[in-house]
Amino acid sequence: MIELIGVYKGFEGKDVLQDISAVMEAGKTNLIIGTSGSGKTVLMKCMVGLFEIDKGEILYNKSDFFSMTDKEKKVIRQEIGMLFQGTALFDSMTVEQNVMFPLQMFSNMSYRERIKRVNFCLDRVNLKDTNKKYPAEISGGMKKRVGIARSIVLNPKYLFCDEPNSGLDPQTSMVIDKLIHELTVEYNITTVINTHDMNSVMEIGDNILYLYQGHKQWEGSSKDIIYSKDEKLNSFIFASEFLQEAKRMRQMDMEGKQLPPR
Amino acid sequence: MVLTSFGRYLLMLKGMFSKPENWRMYWKQFMLQCSDIGIRSLGIVIIISLFIGGVSTVQTAYQLVSPIIPKATIAQVVRDSMILEFAPTITCIVLAGVVGSKIASELGNMRVSEQIDALEIMGINTKGYLILPKIAASLLTIPMLVVLSMFLGIWAGEIAGIVSGIISERDFMQGLVQGFRPYIVFFALVKAYTFAFIIASISSYFGYYVKGGALEIGRASTKAVVISCIFILLADYALAALLLT
Repeated sequence: MIELIGVYKGFEGKDVLQDISAVMEAGKTNLIIGTSGSGKTVLMKCMVGLFEIDKGEILYNKSDFFSMTDKEKKVIRQEIGMLFQGTALFDSMTVEQNVMFPLQMFSNMSYRERIKRVNFCLDRVNLKDTNKKYPAEISGGMKKRVGIARSIVLNPKYLFCDEPNSGLDPQTSMVIDKLIHELTVEYNITTVINTHDMNSVMEIGDNILYLYQGHKQWEGSSKDIIYSKDEKLNSFIFASEFLQEAKRMRQMDMEGKQLPPR
Repeated sequence: MVLTSFGRYLLMLKGMFSKPENWRMYWKQFMLQCSDIGIRSLGIVIIISLFIGGVSTVQTAYQLVSPIIPKATIAQVVRDSMILEFAPTITCIVLAGVVGSKIASELGNMRVSEQIDALEIMGINTKGYLILPKIAASLLTIPMLVVLSMFLGIWAGEIAGIVSGIISERDFMQGLVQGFRPYIVFFALVKAYTFAFIIASISSYFGYYVKGGALEIGRASTKAVVISCIFILLADYALAALLLT
């Protein structure tokens, strides 16, 4: 579990995050949503320790990350897996070497055991026959899967995904969302996802945190969103007529009303 | 601005020294860098050394027109200029272009594509894992390249002298041993180590702290080469003033 308590972060005198408090639960997909520039990526980078916060606390299982010693931080970091927006795969390494890298660095496994674990993870993300390929030789969706495989190879307790669907077609996006959700439940991981994708919000959002201009505007689940009266949230989530219609349909479905014929 | 950059550069150097997460991986990275920096620069070092050696024999002979100056002096001049200046300074200026731009663009690309962030999040000291092996590999391989350059330059000078009929092999060999002071080799090695450190650390600094995209990587790479060359020339003068006067 990760808890954010009154987090503030600014750059060059300008506040980017103001008084963010939230709880990211284990075994659930916790989504951070908001328009571009609302502070989602900054919040995630603060959570993983890439940015130091100005005020507040970020607690990993009740221990404040920024009060930890470097050694304690290293231990926490080894329990973190992260999928980057651009995947951040090491382009001089093959898919297999990319996934094996954390194992080589932090485990005492033999080569055979490492290969077994790498193949298991690649299998788990439905990637086959790509072990010897370089990142430049595979598609965007495959790269995301390799990124996921690399982030779960050390059995992380915390999984962070920054825009996991960016640049992917809707079908592949759904596959990636489903995969992240399955892994979260299967391994009881505290998963935090930054997203713009409304499909992800509605399908896998167990806890949703909506940021607006650097502060927490709304918090709830994908079911709560349907009935939310927050104007800013509604104009962000249900921006188009198509999405507003989808919202009405979802409301009718949830209330057990008969849907209009297709 | 300059002071801030210098402070950040010193902090970067300080940040490299922490207990490695895995010695074997650091060793692997060091060997990889030795191959990248040392072996891949071999071709250009061989080419420039051969030509510099050959040209310096021909030009020295052209300037020593007096019949009272023995031919062996040509070999002495070629030897001393190769060891004292051409091999360490010219080779390192060329290496600042070859190795420096490679280091800066590699680290810059890793920064921009978030690969460095990925390593940080894994709990790896990125300065230690990415920069330290580059500096260590440069300190090992660049002086080796400089020594190689000395031998090749002098050898090419001899061949050029013999082929063009400027000097006989016997005179050249006699000149090579005449008045030789081993101290100049020590001085050249001090220069080589200093320049190797300048090239690797300055280029790493510009690459590691890149912000932006592809355009900024190119700029950082150019800056790394220019600043390294300026510091090589400054250090060249400072070392000569300190150790040769």
